[in-house]
Amino acid sequence: MVANIITKLFTSYGLVGAIGIVALIMFIAYSIADAIGQKRMGSAFAIIIGLILAYIAGKYTGGEKGLSDIKLFAGLGLLGGGMLRDYAIISTAYGVKLENLKKAGLVGVISLLVGVAFSFVIGAIVAVALGFKNPVDITTIGAGAVTFIVGPVTGSALGASSEVIALSIAAGVVKSVLTMIITPIIASVIGLNNPTAAMVYGGLLGTTSGVAGGLAATDPKLVPYGAMTATFYTGLGTLLVPSVGFLIIRAIFG
Amino acid sequence: MEIYGLGIIAFCMFAGTFIGNLLGELLGVKGDVGGVGIAMLFLVLISNYLEAKGKPFPEKTAKGIEFVSSLYIPIVVAMSSIQNVVAAFSGGAVAFLAGGLATIGSMLLIPLISKIGTSQESKK
Repeated sequence: MVANIITKLFTSYGLVGAIGIVALIMFIAYSIADAIGQKRMGSAFAIIIGLILAYIAGKYTGGEKGLSDIKLFAGLGLLGGGMLRDYAIISTAYGVKLENLKKAGLVGVISLLVGVAFSFVIGAIVAVALGFKNPVDITTIGAGAVTFIVGPVTGSALGASSEVIALSIAAGVVKSVLTMIITPIIASVIGLNNPTAAMVYGGLLGTTSGVAGGLAATDPKLVPYGAMTATFYTGLGTLLVPSVGFLIIRAIFG
Repeated sequence: MEIYGLGIIAFCMFAGTFIGNLLGELLGVKGDVGGVGIAMLFLVLISNYLEAKGKPFPEKTAKGIEFVSSLYIPIVVAMSSIQNVVAAFSGGAVAFLAGGLATIGSMLLIPLISKIGTSQESKK
């Protein structure tokens, strides 16, 4: 009886339940951070707890959407989904100075072009090194190393098999999860502490969720700069990879 | 009123993603090219313009915008909890190496490209 009522509450108040769960996760994460004297690591811990829970839930349900595949926690799909994420990302632009954007405008564009090309080439090299010979497969896996959206878009445009498309999505997800985890750790080494570097970071990494999570865990003030360039990355990738990228790969391995 | 702030973001989001989708159609790419970035640019332009005119957003409107940005980290935490982490770990060597090397390599390029940015600035 009690369990039924609780289930009913969580399913009919999905979004509110999700807010409560996230508040609890953040409370635990910040308490841990406080206890070890690393207050700034609070949001990094919260993100890592989120990822661990997503892993456990994914193992348990066999689904693709982490905790939100469990009926009780379906509201997290709304709170953490694309709509509210983008809405919140846009709001962070408030307080950004136009001069800072202008200053890093050109270098932002350069980092976008270099970023897409670099990830694609690395992904393609890995595919070739591990024995893929078909230009379509190589291009699709390279596209996955760009982002987990560019991978399947490229794969379906070129007619790749569903196994290769699945691999390309997995490569993109590895990138996004890894970006969330290692950004706060590596930030001081790579000089990620000013608006220009954040714009370069967004342009080079490009995974919207990875960049969003990575910068949130590093320094929330840098979020708008990184997010701004990152949002162009997937579009640029879907534009360049299936066209120019595929032509180059085909010329080499065709 | 605070809701004006939330509404301004909503307006920027719709205007920006509209242009992003239009750009996508024109370029022959399915979907949105930089819509969120364009939306952010609108918000920066509007707020900088008003400030330059000496008429920044009223305090309560600004509070509405700041409220949404204060939800950013919680939303990112919710986002991390719905990622397909299992797929990331079970994609095998190809997925792990392709995604992993691309990530680490890109990170190491940051100081290099940031340097181009700062050297350009000092030339001016």
